[in-house]
Amino acid sequence: MKSDEKAYPPPAMLDPAILFASVLNGLTTGAVYALIALGLTLIYGVLHIINFAHGAALMMALYGVYFLHEKLGLDPYVSLPIMVPAMFVAGYALYRGVIARASHGKDENILLITLGLSIMLENAALYFFKSDTLTIDTAYTLSTVNIFGAMIAVPKMVAFFGALATTAVLLLVIGKTSLGRAIRACAKERQGARLVGINVDHVFAMSFGIGLACLGAAACFLLPAYYVNPQVGNGFVLIAFTIVVLGGMGSFVGALIGGFLIGVVESVGGLLLGESLGQIGIFVIFIIVLLFRPQGLFGARA
Amino acid sequence: MRSLASIAVLVLAVGLLPLFVSSGVTLGFVTMVLYATLLGQAWNILGGFGGQFSFGHAVFFGTGAYAMAVLQMRFGLNAWAALPCAIALGGVAGTLLGALSFRYGLRGSYFALVTLAFAEVFRILANTFDFTGAGVGLQLPLQEGAAQLQFATETGYLYLALALATVSLLFAWWLKHSRYGAWLAAVRDNEDSAAALGVNAFRVKLVAITVSGALMAAGGAFYVQKFHYIDPHLAYGAPISVEALLSAIIGGMGTVFGPLLGAVVLHGLGELTRNSLSSTPGASLVIYGALLVLIIMFMPRGIAGLFEGKR
Repeated sequence: MKSDEKAYPPPAMLDPAILFASVLNGLTTGAVYALIALGLTLIYGVLHIINFAHGAALMMALYGVYFLHEKLGLDPYVSLPIMVPAMFVAGYALYRGVIARASHGKDENILLITLGLSIMLENAALYFFKSDTLTIDTAYTLSTVNIFGAMIAVPKMVAFFGALATTAVLLLVIGKTSLGRAIRACAKERQGARLVGINVDHVFAMSFGIGLACLGAAACFLLPAYYVNPQVGNGFVLIAFTIVVLGGMGSFVGALIGGFLIGVVESVGGLLLGESLGQIGIFVIFIIVLLFRPQGLFGARA
Repeated sequence: MRSLASIAVLVLAVGLLPLFVSSGVTLGFVTMVLYATLLGQAWNILGGFGGQFSFGHAVFFGTGAYAMAVLQMRFGLNAWAALPCAIALGGVAGTLLGALSFRYGLRGSYFALVTLAFAEVFRILANTFDFTGAGVGLQLPLQEGAAQLQFATETGYLYLALALATVSLLFAWWLKHSRYGAWLAAVRDNEDSAAALGVNAFRVKLVAITVSGALMAAGGAFYVQKFHYIDPHLAYGAPISVEALLSAIIGGMGTVFGPLLGAVVLHGLGELTRNSLSSTPGASLVIYGALLVLIIMFMPRGIAGLFEGKR
């Protein structure tokens, strides 16, 4: 699925330098995974729903960044202040307009609604943008930096630090602002939050909006080193689910550590087993964690 | 008894259809509706009657399809012998997946996720090994003749699909009228209360997923015989999981005829959009996705819910 990575010839024996480069690469990818997973885990923690449309929303954000670059000549990193608010508004509206109305208060319904939304978005993209895989060219796409002998692509380094910075901002918003306090209150006890005068429906929609805003940021960091096509979200969504389950649903720290862990497993697994089979490592982890520790490594709530 | 009579009327009507209609297009449409009914009913038995939403039913479909193709091509089995094996393997896959997930108490979204992950693992495995033809897939050699379960005209496939769909409808009818069906409904509505009343929730769910997996595998086997080809995406990809759950939900979850109604609507709509929107990829699936959202928003009990009135 990751066609941008070079097909490594299978190493005769494990060279520590190659392994080191592979781990570093995994960490940079893992930071972006963590950012995507943070949005998912926030939505789960507050709303107790799994947003199946998360991958499709990321795909839309990637197209947004792509067209801003192609039509307006905006650098993906310059698109950040456009994409983040745009995705936030889209998320807020989607929750208020569709998800809250259609759920009839049942969680299973939300599961199916978000599945329906993802089918719609994905195929609308197929209809309008065709199935071509699109990439953008920037001055820094092919440049690399040397870190202790390992060559890491510059866009991946930017993505690493950008994802970490976005995560820090998110944690500050949740931890220090009054909105964050309201979000945490609704996550813990929605009836109680309603009783003390919190507008719960508004907070739910805000959480959904912030969750998608994370995707807006992730898309800006991803595209210079990645590609976009209508199916691109599918690969990410299972990975994001794995991270969220691994870290414990609703746990921010868990999502961060889980993101790095999965990034490294994918990178090293691909090195050892080859590209196609390497992905299995992720799903095997996913299934094992789901079966034996569904509360996750860091989650308290089952 | 009324629904049993309806099933009999359906079998009679479809069975006699080839005597009056010779158009291959019409017969092909009815065949595909019956095939979609089979897939929808397979999902419905676990998701609608049992309340366990699977997002990866392709795992059973693909198992049936690959078993059918591999047994014939690699082991030289006759298609008539391969069919029950494929169905049985689908049932075994259901039992294993169910035993794993239900033993560890996976419910709701966790169950949906784990089925999705299993389908994805199998897709990657089928994509990797030469045994299953890897990414190229398997092309079943053309050997027309009833002895090979391959037919030159639509009529043969029509009867095969009718037989399989009827079995699935009869099982759903039995669920509505048996003690086991009542247990399954109790587990769906409130697993903890059901368990408190002495229902063995684990075993009840295990039976449901086994039958569901076997029926879904029958759909996969039918697909291979009809289209003579299978590849990892067709077998284990998301579209087949979505098709199964769509017809059940649109028609009405937990009803005997819901999947049939859903299949008629979906395939009718598919024909309409194919004609009007030419063959632009994606267009018909956008409508399916919208339909799923709208049905849940306005008609959570599906089309069948309109006929059943208030319960």
